[in-house]
Amino acid sequence: MSHAGDTSQPAPPDAARQEPRLLAAGPDAGWDQHLDTFGPLDADAAAPGLLDALAASGLTGRGGAAFETWRKVTATAESGRKGLFAARPVVIANGAEGEPLSFKDRTLLSHAPHLVIDGLLTLAAALGGAGTYVYAPAAGLPRVRQALAGRPGTKRVRVVEAPETFISGESSAVVNMIATGNAVPVDQRRRLSESGLNGRPTLVVNVETLAQVALIARYGAQWFRQAGTATDPGTRLVSVSGPAPVRDVVLEVPGGVELSAVLKEAGMDPAPLSAVLVGGYHGRWVRPAAHVLSPEGPVGGTVRPGAGVIHALDPHACGIGATARILTYLANESARQCGPCMFGLPAMASVLNRIAGGERNPRLASELDRLGRLVSGRGACRHPEGTTGLVSSALEVFAADFRAHLAGYCVPLGGVAA
Amino acid sequence: MTAILHIDWTSCDGRGLCTELLPGVLDRDDWGYPVARGKSGRERTDIPLRDADREAAQEAVSLCPKLALSLQERMEPARESRKPGR
Repeated sequence: MSHAGDTSQPAPPDAARQEPRLLAAGPDAGWDQHLDTFGPLDADAAAPGLLDALAASGLTGRGGAAFETWRKVTATAESGRKGLFAARPVVIANGAEGEPLSFKDRTLLSHAPHLVIDGLLTLAAALGGAGTYVYAPAAGLPRVRQALAGRPGTKRVRVVEAPETFISGESSAVVNMIATGNAVPVDQRRRLSESGLNGRPTLVVNVETLAQVALIARYGAQWFRQAGTATDPGTRLVSVSGPAPVRDVVLEVPGGVELSAVLKEAGMDPAPLSAVLVGGYHGRWVRPAAHVLSPEGPVGGTVRPGAGVIHALDPHACGIGATARILTYLANESARQCGPCMFGLPAMASVLNRIAGGERNPRLASELDRLGRLVSGRGACRHPEGTTGLVSSALEVFAADFRAHLAGYCVPLGGVAA
Repeated sequence: MTAILHIDWTSCDGRGLCTELLPGVLDRDDWGYPVARGKSGRERTDIPLRDADREAAQEAVSLCPKLALSLQERMEPARESRKPGR
C-alpha cells in the first residue's frame, strides 16, 4: 500500500493487525501463565533505569490525556525529594472506566492483572518505595484481589472500589475517593504530583499505561518502539463498537494506525459509515476515511485516541440525535460543584435536544456554539471542555444534518425531524 | 513574575463581587459566574493579570464571600496546556 505525500514520514500502518503484547498470556492468565509468557520482573532491579527507559520509549498515558508518562513520573519523583522532610509518594493504578463505550481497561484487568501489578510495583520502586493502590470498579475487584493474593510482594497494595460514574476516573476524583470516599474532582491549586493523597506527591496512572510500563521495564524502549510510528510509538488497546450485528471487541493496535483499518479489523466496512466517535464522550465525531489514530499529528488527518473508544454510528441513525443523547448523559454526570458546568451543560443539552426534536429556529445552532464557548475552561476538571469538544465536532461533521433539521427534516432518516 | 488569579469553581457561587472590583478582567456569564475577558481554555481558571490589576485582585481575594479566589505568583511562562489526568 503506497501513501502519497512526504516520504520522510513513515507510512502509517495500513493494517490494524498486531501481535498481542498486553494480552499475550492469554485469557484469564494466572501468575504461572504470566511468568511463562513474560518472564520474571524484579521491580527493585528494574527501578534505577526505568525513568530513562520510559523517556526513550515515548510512552504516553492510555487513560485519555496522552501525557508523556516519564514526565508525570519525574514530576512526582522531584516533589518527593523537595523540602526538608522527604514525603513518601503514592502510586495509584487507575482502573475506573466511566466512559460508557469503554471496556478495554476492565478486559485488561480481568485477563492480565499481573502485568498491571508489575507496572505498579516497578513505578513504586522507581519512586523510592511509594505507597500503592489499585482503584477499580466493583466488578473488577475480585480478580484484582485474587491476583494480588496469588503473588509475592503485594501485601501493602491497597484496593479501593471506584463508583460507576463518568467522572470517577478523573485523577483528582480518584485521589478524593481514596481520601474521603467522595469520587468528585477537587480544585487543584497545586498539581497532584506536588500534593495529592494526604498531601503526598501522587501519581495516578491508567491500568493499561502500567501494563505498558511493565513491558518496557522488561524488554526496553527499543522493543517498545518496534510497533507504532516515531510520533506514536508502541501499541494501545481500543474498545471498538458499532451498530448490530457488530460485536464489542477490544483490539491491540499499533500507534498511528489508520482508523479505517481498525474498523475493518473489528468486522466493519468503513465505506457506508457516516461518522465514528473516537476517544469517548469527551472525544470527537469524525468521518471514517483518511484518519490516523494518534495523540499528535496534522489537524484534519489525525484523531486523538483519548480513552481508546471507537464507536461507529449506525448509518441509519441521526448523528444529532445520538449527540443529543450523549450530551444529556454528560450534563447529568456533572458533579454539580462548578457553576458553569452545573448550569451550562444542561443548557447546551436543552438546545441540542430542541434541534434534534425538529424545532425550526435558525438561532439554535449559534446558541449551542455560544454556550460551548462560555463553559469551556471553567471548572475544577475538564468535563466542560471535553463535552464542548464533542459538541463542536458534531456541529462540524453533522453540519448538513443541522441545516436539514433547522429546515424541518432529518437527512439520515429521510423524513421529518422527529 | 506574573500574578495569576485562580478561581476555585467548586467554591464559587457567582456572588459577583470580583466582577465589580475587576470589571476590566472579569465579566459575568448567563448565571452570574465570573468569566475572564479575552481568555480561553485554562486561562479562564488561572487568569494571568496585568500589574495594574494586581491591587484590585488582592481586594477581590480578601472580599470574596466564598473564599473562592487566590493569587499566585508564577515565574515560568504559561502552564503546559496538556496536563496529566483527564
